[in-house]
Amino acid sequence: MASGSIDQDNRMNPSPRGPSVLRFAAPQNFYPLAGRLAPWFAVTAAVLTLIGLWLAFFVAPVDATQGNVYRVIFIHVPAAWMSMFIYLVMAFWSAVGLVMNTRLSFVMSQALAPTGAMFCFVALWTGALWGRPTWGAYWVWDARLTSQLLLLFLYFGFIALTRAIEDPRRGDRAGAIIALVGAVNVPVIYFSVKWWNTLHQGASVSLTKAPSMASTMLMGMLVLAFASWAYTLAVTLWRVRPMILERERHTEWVGAVLDREGGRK
Amino acid sequence: MKPRSKRMMLVGGGVVLLVAAVALVLSAFQQNMVFFHTPSDVMEGKAPRGKTFRIGGLVESGSLQREADGFTVRFAITDTAQTIPVSYKGTLPDLFKEGKGAVVQGSLGPDGQFRATEVLAKHDENYMPPEAAHALEQAQKTADTVSQ
Repeated sequence: MASGSIDQDNRMNPSPRGPSVLRFAAPQNFYPLAGRLAPWFAVTAAVLTLIGLWLAFFVAPVDATQGNVYRVIFIHVPAAWMSMFIYLVMAFWSAVGLVMNTRLSFVMSQALAPTGAMFCFVALWTGALWGRPTWGAYWVWDARLTSQLLLLFLYFGFIALTRAIEDPRRGDRAGAIIALVGAVNVPVIYFSVKWWNTLHQGASVSLTKAPSMASTMLMGMLVLAFASWAYTLAVTLWRVRPMILERERHTEWVGAVLDREGGRK
Repeated sequence: MKPRSKRMMLVGGGVVLLVAAVALVLSAFQQNMVFFHTPSDVMEGKAPRGKTFRIGGLVESGSLQREADGFTVRFAITDTAQTIPVSYKGTLPDLFKEGKGAVVQGSLGPDGQFRATEVLAKHDENYMPPEAAHALEQAQKTADTVSQ
């Protein structure tokens, strides 16, 4: 990968605005940083996934009522958490972009969207596979399931809208509005099991009470949750790099990067 | 005002208004958002009449009976305050058990019998190994014996 040489250039020409973290808000500084961090997150994700799956399938005990079917939660719960969390992060970057007019913020929220949609789909799919043997139905229209399905459509809508509008500035704004409006759905998903009668059970793990599951089960689930964080960071950073180059293609620094990377091949 | 703070006010104000709108809509649809009614709701007449709806609660211990045809089952759904007898033709989900949660869909007959067309098992949020479940059961039995 050519990122090494770019990093060195960067260290030799530090931003005149000083060493603050904010200088990474500038695309020409964030591009090499993303390239340098992504492999580390990818390795972390791979290691944590292996540990997590080992805990999930070999260490965690069988559940007293559900038997082995319950092991779906090791994928289902981290995926569902991520799908909600990523949408909130997208909304955050969209708000930052709208208020501060920063170039990178919208790119970040758009780079996150496909991963969020993937996790959302995985959560719905694994939930259906679990629902059939435990509840007796793949799908029911209760508040939790319906609002999670709405989240998937919001992801699709966001992705479609930002790609359909030719002018990137208008596309950014339209997407940011979907992200902000749709973010209202996230607390509805989370609290749906509390506010209404749902077939979906309540939260087993929350910040306000002790988890209602055996500790080895919980360990496996948390390790896999951290694995999905690392995975999300890795793929988003990799996805954001070509997006930055495309947005900034008329600038001098992108010309220099392309010359260097092109020359390598 | 600086344009940046103006934009912040616009975005912030927009989100606040939106949250308020959604909260109002959701509270207006409160009745339609519930997936099932409790037996107490039904007794108070809050459940829809002459229409298909769902009742959720615990399957009353000792209430499950199989008819001679081997196909029809009878049980009672309770929320510990009120109990509704249910009849159902079909196979029950694996997790359906006395003393555990279930949601039944169907309609209430004039005789107070609920005729279910679909039975779903409701799982709770507790996950534990069989040994722990067994220990809990033993503790419960001990407690019951002591209180008697």
